[in-house]
Amino acid sequence: MTTNAQAPAQPLKKPAARAATKSPVSPAVALFAGWLIPGAGHLLLKKPIRAALLFVSVAAMFGIGMALEGKIYTPATGDLLDVLGFAADLGSGALYIVTRMLDLGHSSVQIAIADYGTKFIAVAGLLNIVAAVDAHSLASGRKPL
Amino acid sequence: MTLTHFSAVLLFALFTSIVFGITMRSNPRMMVRFGAFCFVLFVGGTIAASWVMWAIKH
Repeated sequence: MTTNAQAPAQPLKKPAARAATKSPVSPAVALFAGWLIPGAGHLLLKKPIRAALLFVSVAAMFGIGMALEGKIYTPATGDLLDVLGFAADLGSGALYIVTRMLDLGHSSVQIAIADYGTKFIAVAGLLNIVAAVDAHSLASGRKPL
Repeated sequence: MTLTHFSAVLLFALFTSIVFGITMRSNPRMMVRFGAFCFVLFVGGTIAASWVMWAIKH
């Protein structure tokens, strides 16, 4: 099995061809919705199964990270690595915002397994960014619906 | 909540593979195939790396 099963040089779609496959949903709206609520961008594009799978995956990773007492990064610590962690965590959208608003989560790693939790939370955010960008590509016609 | 190293690997690989499968491929059949491929690589790579570390130690 190869990783580039779709690689065989597909020529870039011309603007006219893109317009034919373009969704009525604005790409920016799909991107923002997908970031704010995992899977929402795909749901707007009428892809409910993909949306549900994305939501469950991102929310479960975030939830497991929280259950493992992972660290929630904040932006104002002055440490560059913490800023990167914050950017990754922020990718979870509403999950991160609600967590901060309710003051949930831990500000430091206190038990050994919490380091796994920190990574789960950060990766949940990064995966949600990938999913939101995918929704943007679907809406703009760059990726076939 | 506590997880063993292996169960953490399985959960991480499962959820990450689902997202990779959906976002990196266009048609549903290829999504499943690519997701399964990613899962096997994640888990297989971790087991292989574990044996390498064991071999280095011994």
